[in-house]
Amino acid sequence: MGVHSILFLRPEQRAAAEDAEAPDCFRDLHLDQVVEAVTAGRSEYRLQGFFHTPLPDLESIAYRHEVFRDLESTALEAVVRTFADRMRAVRGQLARAAKLRYPLQQERWFLEAVATYLDAVGDLCRALGGLDLRSRGFQDLRAYLAGYAGSPGFTALAAETARLRQDLAGVTYSLHIHGNRIRVARYAGEGDYAADVEATFQRFRRGPTKDNRVDIRDWPEMNHVEAAVLERVALLHPEVFGALHRYCEGYRDFLDRVVADFDREVQFYLAYLEHCRRFSAAGLRFCYPDVSDRSKAIAARDTYDLALADRLVREGRPVVCNDFALRGPERIMVVTGPNQGGKTTFARTVGQLHYLASLGCPVPGTAARLFLCDRLFTHFEREERVENLRGKLQDDLLRLREILSRATPRSLVIVNEAFTSTSLRDARFLGRRVLERFLALDLLGVWVTFVDELAALGDQTVSMVSTVDPANPTRRTFKIVRRPADGRAYAAAIAEQYGLSYERLKERLAR
Amino acid sequence: MNVRLLHPDGDVGWTREVPPHAADLAQDLGLETLWETMAGGNAFLAEVARSVMLASLTDPEAITYRQRVLQDCLAHPAVVRQLYAVALEAITGERKVYRSAFFRYPAGILHGALEVMQLFLRQLRQLRAIAEAHADEFASEGFRDLFATFKRDLSEDYLQRVAGHLRQLQFRHGVFVSARLGPGNKGRDYTLRRPPTHRGGWRQWVPGFDRAAAYTVVVPDRDESGLRALADLRDRGLNLAANVLAQAADHILGFFTTLREALAFYLGCLTLWERLVAKGEPVCFPEPLPPGRHRFSCHGLYDVALSLRLERRVVGNDVDADDVPLVVITGANQGGKSTFLRSVGLAHLMMQCGMFVGAEAFRASLCERLFTHYRREEDPAMQRGKWEEELDRMRTIVGRLTPHSLVLFNESFAATNEREGAEIAGGIVRALVEAGVRVFYVTHSYELAHGFTERCPGGVLFLRAHREPDGHRTFRLVPGEPLPTSYGEDLYRQIFGEVGDVAPTGARGG
Repeated sequence: MGVHSILFLRPEQRAAAEDAEAPDCFRDLHLDQVVEAVTAGRSEYRLQGFFHTPLPDLESIAYRHEVFRDLESTALEAVVRTFADRMRAVRGQLARAAKLRYPLQQERWFLEAVATYLDAVGDLCRALGGLDLRSRGFQDLRAYLAGYAGSPGFTALAAETARLRQDLAGVTYSLHIHGNRIRVARYAGEGDYAADVEATFQRFRRGPTKDNRVDIRDWPEMNHVEAAVLERVALLHPEVFGALHRYCEGYRDFLDRVVADFDREVQFYLAYLEHCRRFSAAGLRFCYPDVSDRSKAIAARDTYDLALADRLVREGRPVVCNDFALRGPERIMVVTGPNQGGKTTFARTVGQLHYLASLGCPVPGTAARLFLCDRLFTHFEREERVENLRGKLQDDLLRLREILSRATPRSLVIVNEAFTSTSLRDARFLGRRVLERFLALDLLGVWVTFVDELAALGDQTVSMVSTVDPANPTRRTFKIVRRPADGRAYAAAIAEQYGLSYERLKERLAR
Repeated sequence: MNVRLLHPDGDVGWTREVPPHAADLAQDLGLETLWETMAGGNAFLAEVARSVMLASLTDPEAITYRQRVLQDCLAHPAVVRQLYAVALEAITGERKVYRSAFFRYPAGILHGALEVMQLFLRQLRQLRAIAEAHADEFASEGFRDLFATFKRDLSEDYLQRVAGHLRQLQFRHGVFVSARLGPGNKGRDYTLRRPPTHRGGWRQWVPGFDRAAAYTVVVPDRDESGLRALADLRDRGLNLAANVLAQAADHILGFFTTLREALAFYLGCLTLWERLVAKGEPVCFPEPLPPGRHRFSCHGLYDVALSLRLERRVVGNDVDADDVPLVVITGANQGGKSTFLRSVGLAHLMMQCGMFVGAEAFRASLCERLFTHYRREEDPAMQRGKWEEELDRMRTIVGRLTPHSLVLFNESFAATNEREGAEIAGGIVRALVEAGVRVFYVTHSYELAHGFTERCPGGVLFLRAHREPDGHRTFRLVPGEPLPTSYGEDLYRQIFGEVGDVAPTGARGG
């Protein structure tokens, strides 16, 4: 069980994921923003590579779904968070030990780091034992930890750590400061003088009062006088400090590999769940997609662009959700409709959904049936300036040819407004040609265009239209619905304002 | 140790909360005159008079408690002034000691607190001396408790013990602290320790003594950072003791401050009493009744603020308004309506802070909150602004009203035509009265006043400013329904002097 991983069903995948670069589609789909938001505040765990590595098979996806569901449905998440906090403390204490100047200080911080680690592992092990865990990932971890925490090495370390800490906690010394001399001695039970003073003046106490205590700043470091005092304290207690020294020499490599890996990898789940929760207050949902590697009948309900929704929710603005479904021979959604109507957002959403599903993550929406594609291709307008229009058109075509040469029937293609830099006649012709090639490949796709004719190319295409408010056509609804492209012109409608200020004034005066 | 002169529960028992509409009350009831008299030019006394008066009590027992304390003060003014002087000296002495925030380190705090405590020790001894000399002369619970506290808590034995600590806390023989090992083996829980007093005394701490059990660190004189570190260690030990002593000083200062404040109020009352009595005006301790009963009866109730501004005595009124929620005052211009309304407000405020009132007898249910809604003199050209301003003030009052409040209206809602004003004012008054609020309404709107004769829940008392048949004002109010005239003709004649037989002879309010 020494190669357990909470993130990878086949731990050999892990090495490749370590430093994986972002896939090409990342920027176009705004997945870079999503991953940045998801991993924010967790740089110490270096999670990016995990998000850059789609899973190759359904089994691996199921493995992660199980872990997600365990974390969501039981008290497990709190247990894991507590563990993570402790492990962060361990790292902090070790870093501190390495930085400090006086050995007697370093040794004490090392001892604390080990103690924190032992607590973290012990508590995690006990807590997992009491939970109803369904995922293979956590069940295996539980079994591993039970063996590890029960091993003689672990228990011996725990016993020794506890004894040392207790001995050190028992060290009390007294200082007599007079002039420039400090006399250090064992404490001999002298009474608390401040308490005497307090008791005497107690009768004047009348309710709460200002705290006059000075917050004397305390650094982890020691100054040389403190260090000199500590050395004298060590001389007064040679047995305790000698044992501490031997302990530090003996347990340099106390950290278990599997435990450390779990601590890092589980953050993938926590980060994603944490991110999901930011949307629930706005009424936005996530679901576990039904992922298939055979059926191309994809569908989703109440789904949305995760990157855009993040921004809208932050700003307190509403998020419009959309549905889509492909049936039978349908493969490509052709999206038309007015500018700024949410077409591109919709296309991105479909791409994001498939990518997130391939990571084994829950996806935006109330239900989703998705295809496990081998690759995700995007063709979005490039922001880089190209010298002239012909150059840009040429660039479009070159990039599309590149995609066509690499795509397989198992790929997903998102094309956003290709051929905008040529005449409508050209665009109609080129669009038709390229789209037909995609259809011939039988791959899945979203094709956003201003050329309405492309929406009715055959039974493999589905026409989707971004809609407007019938009462006020200047208002976009950002709803993308399945219906024939209508090519309507949207004249500006007269927006009328109905105010109630007069009513409100009347109400106030009536009061 | 607590001062319970203002309230049986001590300082916590009474709120210092000045109502947000205090400025209106002060202006409409002429309170400044009252406070100036009470203060006799002393800003602190004025501030105390103001805040204690405005923070009305609503519990009859709390009021009679203060009345008894005040009666003691009236009987023993010299002792009360002596106590005040002791408290004042402690407070001004403390201010002279430099306790600056710039020296926020334990040794500095300790030093300042020691100095202050030495001073307080002398003042506390004086308090005990006064108590020993005069306690038996006082009858009120407030003073008896206070003197008993002095005798009990400030015994010579106890003060000796305090003095002993003040000596010890100078640490002439060094500071003795203990510590434990904290995070990273740094010292923590620095605790100041009782110096060893057994045989051997300080010699035990002389370097070289008992070498086996102790080590000595000597910081060289030139090692400045080392000396700072040493001072820092000592400060950690002193921190708690310095805090305790500084807190004790703060508490004692708080005690003196509260004592001074309470006495300041009673000294103000004393001064006011002396002024009114010297003038021959009647003063009496009122009978406070629980809120909500609509009790009000007075004999010779006069406007104290007006009296303080005049040489001669002013006219008082006898009114029995028990069991009616609404009192409507109409009648002749300049016939004493506003003066009466002010005397009602003043009597309530004075009664509800435990004072005497300006009357031969006064008895009323306490009001939870007192509001005044007076017509404000403003730019006559801005009729509309004025009307809205009145409504705005009314809305504010409504937002703060509680059921057992008292609202005094003076010529309110007259900034529009009479019918409209009467209708709106009538609606407001009716709503207030139905909510349990007591209302005194001065108006010369016949329309408004007459409206109440027909329909007012719980009944209404009409008072009318009296006018002799020759137009002469007595400034007395008599029960009587509103008359369709308010004798504007009289005023006209008086001002234009066309007929010489109606020159006013009495004092006159608005």
